[in-house]
Amino acid sequence: MNVLVFLVPVSLFLGAGGLAAFVWTVRHAQYEDLEGDAARILLSEEED
Amino acid sequence: MTIAACPACAVAPAALDIAGPEHAAGDEVFLSLPNIHCAACIGGVERALRAVPQVRAARVNLRLRRATVVVEPNTDQAVLIDALAQAGHEAHELDGAALTGRVDPVGRDLLVRLAVAGFAMMNVMVLSVAVWSGATDATRDLFHWISAAIALPAVFYAAQPFFQNAWRALRVRRLNMDVPISLAIILASVMSLFEASVGGQHAYFDAALSLSFFLLTGRYLDHRTRSAARSAAQELAALEVPRATRIVEGVRSSVAVADLRAGDHIIVAPGGRIPVDGTLLQGDGLVDRSMLTGESLPVAVTSGDGIAAGEVVVDHPLVIQATAVGADTTLRRMAALVEVAETSRNRYTALADRAAAVYAPLVHGLALAAFIGWYIATGDARHALNVAVATLIITCPCALGLAVPAVTTAASGRLFRMGLLIKSPTALERLAQVDTVVFDKTGTLTQGRARLSGIQALTSDQAGIARALAHGSNHPVARAIADALHDVEPALLTNVHEVTGEGVFGLWHGRTVFLGRGADATELRIDGQPSIPLPMQEILRTGAADAIHALDGLQLHVMSGDTVAATRRLAQQAGISMVEGDLRPADKLSRINTLSDQGRHVLMVGDGLNDTAALAAAHVSLSPASALDASRAASDIVLLGNSFAPLPHALRISRKARARIRENFAIAVLYNCVAIPVALAGFATPLAAALAMSTSSITVILNSMRVR
Repeated sequence: MNVLVFLVPVSLFLGAGGLAAFVWTVRHAQYEDLEGDAARILLSEEED
Repeated sequence: MTIAACPACAVAPAALDIAGPEHAAGDEVFLSLPNIHCAACIGGVERALRAVPQVRAARVNLRLRRATVVVEPNTDQAVLIDALAQAGHEAHELDGAALTGRVDPVGRDLLVRLAVAGFAMMNVMVLSVAVWSGATDATRDLFHWISAAIALPAVFYAAQPFFQNAWRALRVRRLNMDVPISLAIILASVMSLFEASVGGQHAYFDAALSLSFFLLTGRYLDHRTRSAARSAAQELAALEVPRATRIVEGVRSSVAVADLRAGDHIIVAPGGRIPVDGTLLQGDGLVDRSMLTGESLPVAVTSGDGIAAGEVVVDHPLVIQATAVGADTTLRRMAALVEVAETSRNRYTALADRAAAVYAPLVHGLALAAFIGWYIATGDARHALNVAVATLIITCPCALGLAVPAVTTAASGRLFRMGLLIKSPTALERLAQVDTVVFDKTGTLTQGRARLSGIQALTSDQAGIARALAHGSNHPVARAIADALHDVEPALLTNVHEVTGEGVFGLWHGRTVFLGRGADATELRIDGQPSIPLPMQEILRTGAADAIHALDGLQLHVMSGDTVAATRRLAQQAGISMVEGDLRPADKLSRINTLSDQGRHVLMVGDGLNDTAALAAAHVSLSPASALDASRAASDIVLLGNSFAPLPHALRISRKARARIRENFAIAVLYNCVAIPVALAGFATPLAAALAMSTSSITVILNSMRVR
């Protein structure tokens, strides 16, 4: 059972990483226009 | 947890992201793009906008069908709209002041809380599975402590909205759904912490978290539905850019309506809505008062006459001296009256609140009874508290919390795709009760220009004369005649001139000819011949006849400010037999109140200012997008397209939605019937609580999807 000493922190760390990534996407307005962003990948001449 | 920092603080930087930091200095302009729908449109619009020299940045939002453009200061928006028109895209200016911005801080806040609750729930659940499957002693204690370390801060942050709502209700000595929820979450956390510290067997950290998670899901769905409706309603308001042309010593300048003062001279072009109350100084002409009075035909005005805000100029530009502006205009004062009169809607108690009123005291009573009963029976306070908390948790408030928002989200989404905007959160529930529909006539049942009847009887000479005379005027009746006779060769006339309020005169082979107001209809008079009446026939709105046919079984009325004869004619065409005309706004209001007093649930459909009071008083109200801002504000539902076709569907879906909400409550009650005895008997384990909570929530969500 000693493997838990590693596995529990590792799983928590990975989960926290996912959460942090999600919060980052929310803050960067990535859910404001889901339809538009889905369509934008079809544009070839994005100027940014 | 650093992640738990205030998400609302990120709002301002995000607004800059869209424009790009280097562009932040310019003016922001919003354009409505009603017809864009694909990637090619986005590309086309943005390319066209960036090609305009004054544009610094442009970004299209497809969901809102809106473009945000950063331009050099003092750029005329017409330049942008022209550029888009050349590229083949319809665009309209939006009043930036009426939009509260693109980012939705409350929605983001809920989303982050939801994510935190979800993350913590999953991790604690994984640890709990180990405990449920038989971990003992040190391992179980360790897992309980790790769970506590994750759950306590997560619950403290994620469940804030419930705590705040519950506190607000308790402070005014009332109970709402958030009180039992908060109590369950707090008690479960505190008790589990105690159990962990004494090495106990049962900890409910996962239950506290999944309760928060499921309920936040409901809150977020609810919020998203409302904010979609709110932003669409804002868009309608923002389309009416409040701008007027002021004349100072002969120089015209465009100013915001808010900057007008009493005594200012303004000029309003044909087609424009008059923004102030005032006196006509110059320009005899016609004004369309249908929005205010329901009259379908324009009224002639001459200098010196009083003009009211909300009237639309028909033929010639009018110069008006303002006597009352802004909040002092009759239009605004009437709109303000409506806000005070909004009672019928406030009288309605939402299904969710009715359920909470029964549920909250019942659950608290049960939990208390369980505690007292077990304490008396065993003398063990710790065990008694355990049972009481299990009862609070297992009574499935999450299924109740999801019962309404899951259904309204599914139903409003479906109605929105049909072109109906549900503005009020309880509108769907009220719509389901409707048994009587009252229609306004002008602008609601009718739409656009009137059609001419009686032209078939004209000889070719007469038709030619009528067409030539009709070209001499901008009056809507004249335009309708010109339209109806568009394939007739116009006669050669001389000396064509219009006398406002009467009609158009001309000379034909030396004889005087006239087209205009007759005894009771429009007439064509040719010297030496009997006059020929040309009665106008108003056209029903698209889909109105079919929609009314589909409303079979409901009591239908037409109530109009127009003459009884005109109203009856149109009602007959629409197939409605209960007709009243010549009604003033107060009469409409009293008719609606009479119907309500008879126990009928009235759906009022109207567009004008004369309908506003009636719209507010009715059980539920609907107005077309073309209605006055004040009327739209007074209505629960806005019809976005031109056709009435979605109306019967809306009624059908609302009834279905109400049935689903009731089923959801029934499902929640059913789960409780099984779970409560188990909990009261002291057999409830954290595993049983987790299963009951998840299955009831998921059943409720799946049942709600069936609204489609």
